[in-house]
Amino acid sequence: MKFTWFNLMPWPHLPDDFREKNRSVWVDIDQSLFDPVRCHEVYNDYLDLLEYADQLGYDGVGINEHHQNGYGLMPSPNIMAASLARRTSNAAVVVLGNSIALYNPPIRVAEEFAMLDIMTGGRFVAGFPVGTSMDTNFCYGTIPALTREKYAEAHELIIRAWTEKKPFAFNGRYTKLRHVNLWPNVLQTPHPPIHIPGGGSIETYDFCLDNTYSYSYLSFSGYLRAKALMDGYWQRVSERGTDMSPYRAGFAQTVFVAETDEEAERLYSEHAFYFYNRCLHVYPGFADAPGYRTIKTIQSGALNQYMRPNYPNLTWKDLVDGGYIIAGSPETVRQRFEELIKGLRVGNIFLLLHVGNMPKDKCMYSTKLFAEKVMPHLRNMWPEYDSDNRFWCKPIARRATPAPVGRPEMVPAK
Amino acid sequence: MITAHTIETRAAAINVLSGGAGPDLLFLHAAGGITAENPFLRALAAKYRVFAPQLPGYGDSGDSDNVRDMLDVTLHSFDVLEALGLDKPILVGHSLGGMIAAEMAALRPKEVEKLCLIAAAGLWLDAYPVPDIFTLLPREFPAYMFHDAEAGAKMMATGGNMNDPAFLIPFLVTNARQLGMAGKFLFPIPERGLSERIHRIRAKTVLVWGDSDRMFPAPYAQAFKALIKGAELVSVPDAGHQVVLEQPDAVMSAIARLG
Repeated sequence: MKFTWFNLMPWPHLPDDFREKNRSVWVDIDQSLFDPVRCHEVYNDYLDLLEYADQLGYDGVGINEHHQNGYGLMPSPNIMAASLARRTSNAAVVVLGNSIALYNPPIRVAEEFAMLDIMTGGRFVAGFPVGTSMDTNFCYGTIPALTREKYAEAHELIIRAWTEKKPFAFNGRYTKLRHVNLWPNVLQTPHPPIHIPGGGSIETYDFCLDNTYSYSYLSFSGYLRAKALMDGYWQRVSERGTDMSPYRAGFAQTVFVAETDEEAERLYSEHAFYFYNRCLHVYPGFADAPGYRTIKTIQSGALNQYMRPNYPNLTWKDLVDGGYIIAGSPETVRQRFEELIKGLRVGNIFLLLHVGNMPKDKCMYSTKLFAEKVMPHLRNMWPEYDSDNRFWCKPIARRATPAPVGRPEMVPAK
Repeated sequence: MITAHTIETRAAAINVLSGGAGPDLLFLHAAGGITAENPFLRALAAKYRVFAPQLPGYGDSGDSDNVRDMLDVTLHSFDVLEALGLDKPILVGHSLGGMIAAEMAALRPKEVEKLCLIAAAGLWLDAYPVPDIFTLLPREFPAYMFHDAEAGAKMMATGGNMNDPAFLIPFLVTNARQLGMAGKFLFPIPERGLSERIHRIRAKTVLVWGDSDRMFPAPYAQAFKALIKGAELVSVPDAGHQVVLEQPDAVMSAIARLG
């Protein structure tokens, strides 16, 4: 199993009446709710938490890209990853990911990921989301119906730039480059492992299988509701006669650990409500620009903006019983995770252990309990696939250590 | 009576609604599409031999991956004209259709002699940002589309229950096909450089605008008038962006001014 401690980096200071007074947490969120001085603290706290997760032995620390979003303060996850590269030592730095259709030219992603791959000494996992409609279309102006074509072209360019170790010309529809020649280029061979966050677009299943990428379902509605979608994915894997390695799949789950189930509710319920009530308050008109989803996906009925669960009416019990969140004592959490891991057949878990406006101390408490009292019991869920290293990074053995901060006397050799 | 037939272009199999007798008229529909039941189309057929091709992705026309931008759709529209065997018909376009018609007239000025642009898209004025139709929920449309939003809501009524997948999924598929295609020319800003080419238009031009158009308010009509040499502007009271539905007679007499 691979456990990645994932931080969305939500803005923790949305007012109590946010939902009543604002139409959306995303795209046109009110600028007056943002405070850069407070954000200075927030960024540092969140980086502290990611670094703490590395010290506790999580396999990865994960970050992602959102734009104009009150629950995601990372327009550029690569900047956070660069900071983590120096201040973590063992965990993979998982950038899940860069919305490659948005970069012009897309070799910018190839270059920055190559830099991160090298800076981390190969402790790097890449992600290539198509990007939500909010980010990709409404914030970054990509034409909805052309988004996937642009994504496919960007993908081809990046992979070629990483793997063809000589200059080449790229005559794409959206990007034309006469001299593609990354310098520096990636450290891992042939390139860092790639995870594809998907939200139910069935074309994405085949894309992952064609390229040996891991399919990640980054849902906030929990493992019980994810069953139908993940079953669809595994059915496709099986139809194609591909191996059924659980590392072909990942899942994001909100989780809270305390000494007891009661303590979990007492400590964390306000933060769960903050996240599900305020952070996910997205104006439905931003959810799916027409043309963003393929006709095939709409016809499958997988997702649409009119049929979302009504989060604000969910009580703690609803959230727990519905599997939106996994919360409770280490034993409760362990049992639920066994159900999740076996039920969805996943080898990669993205743990949302920081949720909403959770303060650092509570988050560290929950994070430590998970690392020490839950994770060890879940390590061996897929022993028959232990040797499958296709979907995780391969760091070099001798990695440089950042020098301690300070100014030691340096005397040149005579 | 309006009938439908199919023609083939490079882009797709195109469904063409046609009917009536009189001078030839090619009508290019707005982003909302057009059906045979459209009352304005019927009004046109009472006086003209009208052809209303559905854009790729609309109605019974096929989908097209190779119509991506303004030039593609403009040339596609000439392909339609050619396939229909029409020679210099009166060219009428509403909203998105007006944007395409203006491009056609600018691209081949000698082939478009009579042009009517109704509440046309294609220009952008910073002082009057056009509402983002791609974020509007179905219930929000009438206020932007009609002078009389309440009456408009009845005209636009989908007649279905959005919570019922049997209605919702086909509704979303139609929406994705149509507005997915329209988005190639209108998203995120409905402007693709027409102002750089519009000076080439030589056609006799009539502009028709609803006085309470909340999509492209009056300054857009003035901008078109200023940019097209000799263009005449007909402003229609008690009409919004859907002036063709709210005041069809006024639009018909405006078109009649083209002779």
